[in-house]
Amino acid sequence: MPVGDVLPELSVLISAVTLLLAASFMRERDQWLAAPGALIGLTVAFAFCVAQLGEAPKLTFSGVWALDGASIWARLIILVAAALSVLLTPEWLRQDRRHGEYYAVLMLGTLGAMLLAGATDLMQLIIAVLLSSVTGYTLAAYHRNWPLSAEAGMKYFLVGALANALLVLGVTLMFGLFATTDYGELASRTKDGAQSMTLVAFSLVIVGVAFKLAAVPAHTWMPDVAEGAPPPAAAFLTIAPKVGAAIALARFVDLFPQDIPWRTVVATIAIATMSVGNLGALGQNDVRRMLGWSSVSQSGYALMAITVLGLDPYALPALLFFLASYAVANLAAFGVVTQLRGRTNLDDYRGLAIAHPLLAAALILSFLSLVGIPPLAGFVGKLALFVTTIESGYAWLAVVALINTVVSLVYYLRVLAPVYFAEPARPMHTLGYSAAAAVVLCAFFTVTLGGLAEPFWRMLAETTLLP
Amino acid sequence: MLTATILMPLLGAFALACTRLKEPTYRWLACSVGSVPLVLLVAVWIGFDTSTGASAFQYVVEYPWIPALGIGWRMGVDGIALTVATMSALLFVAAMAWPADTRGRAREYYAWFLFLEAVSLGVFLTLDLALFYVFFDLSLVGLFFLIGRWGHGDAERAAIKFFVYTFAGSLAILLAIIGLVLVTDPLTFDMRTLIADQPLAGMDLRATLVLAGFIIGFGIKTPFVPLHTWLPPAHVNAPGPASAVLAGVLLKMGTYGLIRIPYSMLGETFGRYAFALAVLAVISILWGALVSMAQRDLKRRIAYTSVNHMGYVLLGIAAAATIGGEQAARQMALTGATVEMVAHGLITGALFLICGALWQRTGDYNLEHYGGLSQIAPNLTRFTILASFASLGLPGLAGFVAELQIFVGAFSVYPWLAATALLGILITAALFLQMLQQLFFGALPTDRGDFRDLARVEIITLAILVLLIVIIGIYPNWLLTPINSATGLLTGGV
Repeated sequence: MPVGDVLPELSVLISAVTLLLAASFMRERDQWLAAPGALIGLTVAFAFCVAQLGEAPKLTFSGVWALDGASIWARLIILVAAALSVLLTPEWLRQDRRHGEYYAVLMLGTLGAMLLAGATDLMQLIIAVLLSSVTGYTLAAYHRNWPLSAEAGMKYFLVGALANALLVLGVTLMFGLFATTDYGELASRTKDGAQSMTLVAFSLVIVGVAFKLAAVPAHTWMPDVAEGAPPPAAAFLTIAPKVGAAIALARFVDLFPQDIPWRTVVATIAIATMSVGNLGALGQNDVRRMLGWSSVSQSGYALMAITVLGLDPYALPALLFFLASYAVANLAAFGVVTQLRGRTNLDDYRGLAIAHPLLAAALILSFLSLVGIPPLAGFVGKLALFVTTIESGYAWLAVVALINTVVSLVYYLRVLAPVYFAEPARPMHTLGYSAAAAVVLCAFFTVTLGGLAEPFWRMLAETTLLP
Repeated sequence: MLTATILMPLLGAFALACTRLKEPTYRWLACSVGSVPLVLLVAVWIGFDTSTGASAFQYVVEYPWIPALGIGWRMGVDGIALTVATMSALLFVAAMAWPADTRGRAREYYAWFLFLEAVSLGVFLTLDLALFYVFFDLSLVGLFFLIGRWGHGDAERAAIKFFVYTFAGSLAILLAIIGLVLVTDPLTFDMRTLIADQPLAGMDLRATLVLAGFIIGFGIKTPFVPLHTWLPPAHVNAPGPASAVLAGVLLKMGTYGLIRIPYSMLGETFGRYAFALAVLAVISILWGALVSMAQRDLKRRIAYTSVNHMGYVLLGIAAAATIGGEQAARQMALTGATVEMVAHGLITGALFLICGALWQRTGDYNLEHYGGLSQIAPNLTRFTILASFASLGLPGLAGFVAELQIFVGAFSVYPWLAATALLGILITAALFLQMLQQLFFGALPTDRGDFRDLARVEIITLAILVLLIVIIGIYPNWLLTPINSATGLLTGGV
């Protein structure tokens, strides 16, 4: 067994189990020690992942696990996002008696997202989606005595249960049609010509993955989770599973030949997702819900790159860059919410720029990056998406995304305007240094990823996607 | 040198944002940092080579930024960029020197102003399309915060409308830029290469779509009818100095962009649609003038004259682009358009600063609440009258030099359109005379007795702007020489 190939996953898994055991024996006031523990585990995994960068892309474990550029970069993004959301957590859960366990669940969720990014077998895909989902429900409902949190977990679970069932159904059909679940063999057998059931099975699997991506039609859980889950968990759940799912989706659609109109399907989902997300966010007076909807619309942009996968060599790097830029900007936004003790009413943000200039600056940077204002990270990400879609002959898709971007500016500005233009009514309490550090880091990444895009882009440009 | 022109105010903005000083200190710090670009640009102007055979772009700087995509830090000026940028730098210093009500947040106010100066100059000085877009977008961010935070009335709404509307335009430009650049091989955003290669020549559909993107984007910015509706609320609610910069500098980005990008890089396609643009220009001229005439609100009135004046600029550009037009006439039209940009910047900048002065003293823009100010505010009266006369195109002042050349050039290409557009000048004259009469003559309303005349800083600032307006009007050669060197090349002369 090539254990060396899964060292990053192993270190995440081992630290998850260790943390779980340790948390059950630690005194309540020592529970926060699990946070540095989690950070150590994530750092080790990160180092192992970086070590894999130099190797030639390959499939391992009898072809169910890909070690290619796409999976390595996606896992790096997931690990960084997880580490930053860990930084947000200790002060938030200080009063929680089950503080230590949280990190164990979070680590397992990270593992699920990482598995999504590397899966090259339908069975493996199911395991990854389930692991990521089950931990996600728990994280969303972590404040189990607070109705909104419980509601978020419940809605997440209901949508998830349906989507997962459809996924399993789709995989069963796939197996019936092609007598294999291995991606490599699927790719060679789908070339023989489409059968009418192929499209059905294909769509079912897509819906299952779209659930993790918070894409239409399985997006409805996202705003509730963003609103009800503890903000550090919401930060994690809006990013990590999404990054993994985007790669999983790219890998899956790439198996099919053109006679399955999958580009049309993905493009349709992309347009629906970005439009629904933006329309949902437009009228929101609840900042956390608004962030949830905006996160849905960002999935739509990411799907643009998957639509043109294979038509242009830059499609995959564009997807990865966009995901990275989205991750840091979205983390910065949720970080600010966390640092402000979860305040969510738009009116409570009035005068933030006077009360806490640095937090306001981070929020402004984050939102402008999500819109795609240069020279921030989001701009380079969106630029790459536009370039690759236009180059592939999908200019109309870029135009739709452009209209959506303009719409999205409205709701971001609706938050930024009171933040910067109004006077604060009452003092605004903040959480603590650890969360502040996470916010500063995210804002820093948002700026540098844009300004110094060149080295990162050059590394991504050589990324490959197996099989 | 050009790099320093942009970086100085930019670094100054960040440095200012991190300090804690007394309010007047910020103003003088901002003015001194803000005048560095002006000094540098004047030095560039003096060293600018206008002899025949001199290269189009001078003082070129080039560093790679994202070589894989052909994006770099490329700076350089031709005669058009140089004159417009110098005027912008001057106007920024004037706007920052102008006493403003910063509502206890002088630090942010002047930091945003310096930031806006840096990115606005960046738009005019860059030779890289990607960088152009970066600066173009950042100028929106800067002005958004200035209007929203220090504006009055429904400033928040106006700021959001301004940002969303013009951001839609800049995204159209972004798509057009991508559509234009993707044809090049190897990929490059270098304007000089794109101008030399005319990459879309002969590609009808693509060229038309790309051109449409640019026209919509720059059209919103300029703005011309029917894309102008964001302008009046933005102006009315913005603080006076921000209005001056909006009208004087940011609107120029639209017309400058038209000359620099579609006119230069898509010459053939642009020429094919020149007539349509000229018609749009005439509509803007007449519409702007007529609607302006109907306004009772002082600032709205001047805002609409901007639509009218930018219509002249567009008319000049369209006439210059026309295929088959006589070269001398086309060059004259394009020179006129550029002079109009400079002149309009100075004139409307001065007028909006004056509006700011009125607002600070009374908090009222309604023309009917004014009258007889000449009795108690003679200095204000003098400057306003001079600036208004310049704006309506009185000979001997800057506006006349510009409009004369535009009309002479346009007459030879589109005689009927030019004749129609002349009506615009007539209406403008009427509306300015009526405005002056309302403000300064007649009876002084009783509650205006304590109206203060201009303070010394205000007088000096306005005097510099008005002096330049007069100098350009009487002896325009120093301005025309660098502009002609660029327009000569652009219209295919020598």
